[in-house]
Amino acid sequence: MNIDELREHLCKEHPDLCPLFSIEFGDGVLLVDRGRLFDAAADLKELGFDRLGMVTAVDRDEEFELVYRLTSRAMSCGMFLKCRVPRENPRGRSLVPLWPAALWQEREVYDLFGIEFEGHPDLRRILLPEDWDGHPLRKDYADDRMIRRPDYI
Amino acid sequence: MSGFLGGLVFGLAGGITIALGTIMGVWAERKISGRVQMRLGPQEQGPFGLLQVPADTLKMMLKEDITPRNADARVFRFAPYVVFVPVAMGLVVIPFAVGWAPLDTSIGILFFLAVPSLSSIGMLLGGWSSRNTYATLGGMRAAAQMISYELPRTLSVLSIVLLAGSLRPLDVLDAWRVWWLPLIFVGFIVYYISSVAELNRGPFDIPEAESELVAGYFADYSGIRWGIFMMSEYGGLVAASLFGSAVFLGATRWLPGALGVIVFVLVAALIASSMIWIKWTFPRMRPDQLMRTAWKVLTPIALVQLAVVGVVVPWL
Amino acid sequence: MTMEVESRREVSGEDDLARQELVVNVGPSHPSTHGVCRVIVHVDGEVVTKAEPVIGYLHRGIEKMCENRTYLQVVPLTDRLDYVGSMYANWAYCRAVERLASIRVPERAEYLRVIVCEMQRIASHMMALGSSAADTGAASMFIYAFDERERIVELFEELCGARLTYNYVRPGGVSFDAPEGWTDRLKDFTNNHRTALSEMDRLFFGNVIARGRMKGIGVLSAEDAVSWGASGPVARGSGVNWDLRKHDSYSVYPRFDFDVPTGSNGDAYDRGRCRLFECYESCRIIEQAAAQMPEGPVKTDGLSRLISPRPGDAYDHIESARGSLGVYVVSEGGPRPYRVKFRSPAFCNLALLPMLAEGHTLSDLVVVLGSLDPVFGEVDR
Repeated sequence: MNIDELREHLCKEHPDLCPLFSIEFGDGVLLVDRGRLFDAAADLKELGFDRLGMVTAVDRDEEFELVYRLTSRAMSCGMFLKCRVPRENPRGRSLVPLWPAALWQEREVYDLFGIEFEGHPDLRRILLPEDWDGHPLRKDYADDRMIRRPDYI
Repeated sequence: MSGFLGGLVFGLAGGITIALGTIMGVWAERKISGRVQMRLGPQEQGPFGLLQVPADTLKMMLKEDITPRNADARVFRFAPYVVFVPVAMGLVVIPFAVGWAPLDTSIGILFFLAVPSLSSIGMLLGGWSSRNTYATLGGMRAAAQMISYELPRTLSVLSIVLLAGSLRPLDVLDAWRVWWLPLIFVGFIVYYISSVAELNRGPFDIPEAESELVAGYFADYSGIRWGIFMMSEYGGLVAASLFGSAVFLGATRWLPGALGVIVFVLVAALIASSMIWIKWTFPRMRPDQLMRTAWKVLTPIALVQLAVVGVVVPWL
Repeated sequence: MTMEVESRREVSGEDDLARQELVVNVGPSHPSTHGVCRVIVHVDGEVVTKAEPVIGYLHRGIEKMCENRTYLQVVPLTDRLDYVGSMYANWAYCRAVERLASIRVPERAEYLRVIVCEMQRIASHMMALGSSAADTGAASMFIYAFDERERIVELFEELCGARLTYNYVRPGGVSFDAPEGWTDRLKDFTNNHRTALSEMDRLFFGNVIARGRMKGIGVLSAEDAVSWGASGPVARGSGVNWDLRKHDSYSVYPRFDFDVPTGSNGDAYDRGRCRLFECYESCRIIEQAAAQMPEGPVKTDGLSRLISPRPGDAYDHIESARGSLGVYVVSEGGPRPYRVKFRSPAFCNLALLPMLAEGHTLSDLVVVLGSLDPVFGEVDR
């Protein structure tokens, strides 16, 4: 299924999500706000996106962008689900009830970005030791041992 | 006095024989496994790499002998001997020629079956005293396995005892007839398999299980104490194949006189080599599969073998 | 060196006998963890009641390092992710960058990429098969499998000079063209490899002990495989017919004729067998690609070393030996990526370990772990 068919299909099934859908670099992107994240994900799962491929985040200065990559086996296509959470209070909704695949991936996002997921059964650090300070993938993370490459390239 | 001197000489000779047997066992293992795996095995040290094992032994003796801080030190240090001595003792009752065994006793076969099994106590002690979870599990597995495989092994040897009507190995050798071979062939297979299991060798090496328990009950040993564990494994291999060759197959009787002794050694070498071959070919069994094989497969087969022999014996 | 965990705790069984549960700390250095993984295993006798993987021992912060390098400088870092399948990470990353910066790739380069990735699949599967055989104690099978891998590594060395970290696939093409006679040697390899594969199939998968060790162990249902995000042979062993090469086809894969082997039981045996059959299919693809490969350049001309894509983000994925390997690249304009995320299949597959190992014995734990085929460079990143 190509991207236009996907948009059509999505708009037919879920008209409320339609205005949030856009196309970037040939990929469908659904940008929802925090309150709707879980419901939108559940809708997409119903629509046929049965695999949660990736959970990650991007540090966008004053807010974090949660990025979910969903894949559909039936439609042979993938799309993004994005959600922005404020930097002061980075909390998202856990998608573990929908996809257990989020279990470790959300832990990783929590570990590296410090974004908390409500409803996650076991939110602990996963890659870094339990007593690590800070969340390294934040842009303002500072560490004495970190070497910055000079800017001249 | 002469008894004492004789004992001393005999003990030394026996010790050297065991050491040589072990060295040959290790060398054969390394050579055969090398060939199985498309390698050459040791070849630099001495002719055909024969001196590799003495060199390794020397290295092991020079290595630091470490006792872990949390280990029960006395038991930990003592355990290797508890494993090795019974295995070495098993060798003394083997009839090396018609009419000669180092120790000629009327309960020789019972001795051979019972005494080497005591080494499982040493394995349990070694595993437990290491205070290491792997070693503890390995020791437990060793004990369970040795006890289970004792049964089919004893039962299979019992058919021979029944045929010969004696527990004395030399009597068995005297009474041996060629037609025994087809009759006790199945029993020999049971003996073979349970000997491999008794020796903790692959595919039954669950107490050591390198990929699960690292090295099982001797995971924490180093230096010569580790070497003693290894030596007892090869000592057991040598003993089991010599016993199988002499008592079971009666290889000493296949050719007359000194030729018989050569045949006996060759057959024993063949048995040992095939055990090594099997180890390097097969995957390892799981503990529960191993127990099932012992109790549900080998023991009934050995019992049937015993029954068949029991039916035949009155007709002799 | 084992870390001090509460090493024994009382459990009460159904029969109300007080029993002690032993905590075995497998790893981080252990013959069967395929790298540096620590699994805290609670065993009741031999039966695993709880297995908890502790990962991160190989975490090098590669995603953070990427933010500090130019797009081209990131390529060698991707080699270090899945160190037995470097070509995949190279390619997945390059595809994402090419999508982001709209770089076109010459056709010959695409064919070379397909060839090296299929070779890499064989090499990686050989590693997986060999080490899972070694986990069950079949030491010789390990050597046979590594012998096959060695031949591929030699061909790679001839192609790009490296044996492990190839840095071969670059944005806009590949670094070197195939040397003279390389495709002929490739053909020799695939011919010999088929014989070796059937030999290994009989030696290991035909062995009664190996069957007993692997059949019915670590059963993963198809539904679980999908919802847990499993991919690659782990999902296909459960009967999930999902291969990106076929079902979300990329590059020149639609031009080749190949099948996707799937299992039916979802146990360790089916997963291993899937890997073996995939090697046959890879041989087919390699032969077709080598025959169809057009002449021409292998790099895009006039591509600046300082690739500076327009702001935006792109995701692309390929089917690696372990499953769908995705790369998410975010650009804010400049010559460095703003954020790079590697969606590693091994990470997602490893998350299944607690579920699959529970209720089996300690000996099965290593079989299950081996059948998931994690590579810790990729899990920890």
